[in-house]
Amino acid sequence: MRPGESVPELRVTPDRYLPHRYAGASGDFNPIHIDAEFGRSVGLPGNILHGLYGMALVARASVGAAGGDPRALRRLSVQFRGMGVPEAEITVSGKVREGGEGHAVLELEADQGGTPIIRRGEAEVAGGS
Amino acid sequence: MTATEAATSVAGRAYPPSVYEVGSEKIREYARAVGEVSPFYFDREAARAAGFRDVVAPPMFCVVYSTGALRPAIGDPELGIDLALMVHGGQEFAWSEPVCAGDAITTTARVAEVYEKRGMGFFVFESVSENQEGREVVRGTWTNIVRRAPAP
Repeated sequence: MRPGESVPELRVTPDRYLPHRYAGASGDFNPIHIDAEFGRSVGLPGNILHGLYGMALVARASVGAAGGDPRALRRLSVQFRGMGVPEAEITVSGKVREGGEGHAVLELEADQGGTPIIRRGEAEVAGGS
Repeated sequence: MTATEAATSVAGRAYPPSVYEVGSEKIREYARAVGEVSPFYFDREAARAAGFRDVVAPPMFCVVYSTGALRPAIGDPELGIDLALMVHGGQEFAWSEPVCAGDAITTTARVAEVYEKRGMGFFVFESVSENQEGREVVRGTWTNIVRRAPAP
């Protein structure tokens, strides 16, 4: 991976019930993620995606860029911004900021319909040279 | 002394460890939920052939085994976090040893930093997770933002 190179884009459209499956898988049953009526009662557009689900997509894109071995992902930091919703496409994109022999730093973000949901993603990966 | 000053005085405070036993079906359930397709997360033989002890957890599976240790930290009455006003602002994980089915992971959380910025309270927690052999598997930095500064 050379500096300036793009990270292969990851496009995912979470279906209507994805937040429920992610809640079960992760153990985070905060009602803002699984109850649209509750979400609206606190000023949200409905039930919103878990921020850590978005981070998991950024992690997938990072591991993918490094060749698919999960051991390649050494560190990932993100900031959560905006809010993701089900039934709309998410795009994870990024580029290589630093690249060397068997090591790279990637800059990534996740965006949904023009709204960033993950900003300032920074991944340190090994391998995939 | 304001609530934030009080909170600052608890920086470094550690909470009781939490232990999580990693199961293969939980790894598969999590991997499916986040759309992973690699056989390393689903197929024991493929994982073993790649050098893992058993099906391996996707890196972000760390949230499954480490959040238990964060609950008493976030709910610490002396920090006074109003959960209704709290948002997850940022997150960092640094991974070491991979986590596989059959592992028992012990996570300890502590308060790393508490500060106020732009009228909001920032509560930063650090978690360290180790496997049954005492080897570090992941270190997490959890930044939670409370939208209104804690009342004095």
